[in-house]
Amino acid sequence: MSLKKKITLTVNGSVVNAEIEPRRHLVDFLREDLHLKGPHLGCEQGACGACTVKVNGQIIRGCLYLAVQADGCVVETIEGLTKIGALGDLQEAFMRHNAMQCGFCSSGMLLAAAELIEKQPNATREEVREWISGNYCRCTGYHSIVDAIMAVLEARAKGEKIKPVVALA
Amino acid sequence: MKAAAFDYAKPKMLSAAIALLAEAGEDARLIAGGQTLLATLNLRLSEPSILIDITNLDELKGISVIGNQLRIGALVTHTEIEDSKLIAQHAPLLKAAVPHIAHRAIRNLGTWGGSLAYGDPAAEWPACSLALNATMLIAGPNGERRISAQDFFIDLYTTSLEPNEILVATEMPIASSDQVFYFHELARRHGDYAVAGLALVANKAGNVLSECTFTFFSVGATPVMATKAQALVEGKSLNDDLIASAVAAARGEIEAIADITNSAETKQHLIGVLLERGLKHLIA
Ligand SMILES: Cc1cc2nc3c(=O)[nH]c(=O)nc-3n(C[C@H](O)[C@H](O)[C@H](O)COP(=O)(O)OP(=O)(O)OC[C@H]3O[C@@H](n4cnc5c(N)ncnc54)[C@H](O)[C@@H]3O)c2cc1C
Ligand code: FES
Ligand code: FES
Repeated sequence: MSLKKKITLTVNGSVVNAEIEPRRHLVDFLREDLHLKGPHLGCEQGACGACTVKVNGQIIRGCLYLAVQADGCVVETIEGLTKIGALGDLQEAFMRHNAMQCGFCSSGMLLAAAELIEKQPNATREEVREWISGNYCRCTGYHSIVDAIMAVLEARAKGEKIKPVVALA
Repeated sequence: MKAAAFDYAKPKMLSAAIALLAEAGEDARLIAGGQTLLATLNLRLSEPSILIDITNLDELKGISVIGNQLRIGALVTHTEIEDSKLIAQHAPLLKAAVPHIAHRAIRNLGTWGGSLAYGDPAAEWPACSLALNATMLIAGPNGERRISAQDFFIDLYTTSLEPNEILVATEMPIASSDQVFYFHELARRHGDYAVAGLALVANKAGNVLSECTFTFFSVGATPVMATKAQALVEGKSLNDDLIASAVAAARGEIEAIADITNSAETKQHLIGVLLERGLKHLIA
């Protein structure tokens, strides 16, 4: 059965036109068709969070969302959000706290963490742990990930910025 | 794994969605949030010929208060419930329950109606809708019908929805000022399905409870009410003895079913633990 559908969406600020099979989920479309390899695929069951991307401003599981559902939507991935600096202080904090090892979970972790910071700026360590428990880290770096997120929450509460680890020339 | 091929349609009107459903027959599936459906498609547990995306249907959207009734559209997401002031004010039980549903990325898409229609006995919304005496508004080829939550959940993943029907919304009485509630679930990890859970609603004057509903979930094939325990405490002043009798009654009347990790005996025990905690919480 080949029942392709035409879709138009905005990905990381650019308008994209495509013709896709309805069964293609969003992350396969992003990775295979648009060559955005930042969102990863782990379980394809909604359990691990490696596929987290933003649709219309909210984080979603890219493996439980069809590309055809994204017709007319605004999609953002780690690539686009890094480029516009939306995750800058979180990324700095992740580096400072060594909050990534292989990096497989990191794009999803960063997007999930960013939504937490936006929605619950006063989150406690316990709340951060709860929120982040939706994203698996196979390298088991949760402790440092929670440390990094707490550092950003604390800095923001004081109106401070996380200073870069490596000074940019 | 990847889903098998299917067609996809996104009607703009409820009538068009019902017509499409009738035309496609048994092989069609409605998709709302897709947070249950897509996982089953990825596993090829089901291979529908067409998905009918209902997310454009305005009739299924929004939270509103009409008189003394709270109306929640089927397409309202878990996150909308989490963030809604109307829900916090008029159905605080739902506000307390929602953080227990999966994680935020899933709550951003998963819907109230999808959860009710799927009828998972371990899910929070079927139990809450029963505890709050909700009425389901259902549309089908012969127009609209209404059915109480009591009659809606029939068996494991089975509701009284016909294959050609769509759940449009639910209505429930808004919380009165003397209404109290308790929501608690025992889970292995926050966000996982409960091993056993309780949604308790009652009116309270001093230590006297009335119009009690003790709805347990994740213990049987559907959410279940402990009607004998409810009747025991109804209209009486709560004390330790009465709580002990209610706990014994609830354990006696509900027949728990084992799941892959927990025996029926464990669940039977937890029914009592939850009710004891809930009732003690109300007199604390
Ligand atoms: C990792 C993970 C963890 C989860 N944990 C929990 C949890 O702890 N508690 C919990 O309650 N849920 C949990 N869920 C399920 C989630 O809450 C779902 O969003 C919800 O159960 C189904 O809603 P949906 O809108 O996504 O439905 P869909 O997946 O779109 O549909 C589910 C079923 O309902 C039917 N349907 C949908 N809407 C309607 C309608 N309006 N009328 C008639 N039929 C309809 C569909 O045809 C389909 O058969 C979890 C999901 C995942 C992936
Ligand atoms: S790949 Fe989507 S949650 Fe695991
Ligand atoms: S850093 Fe390897 S999975 Fe998290």
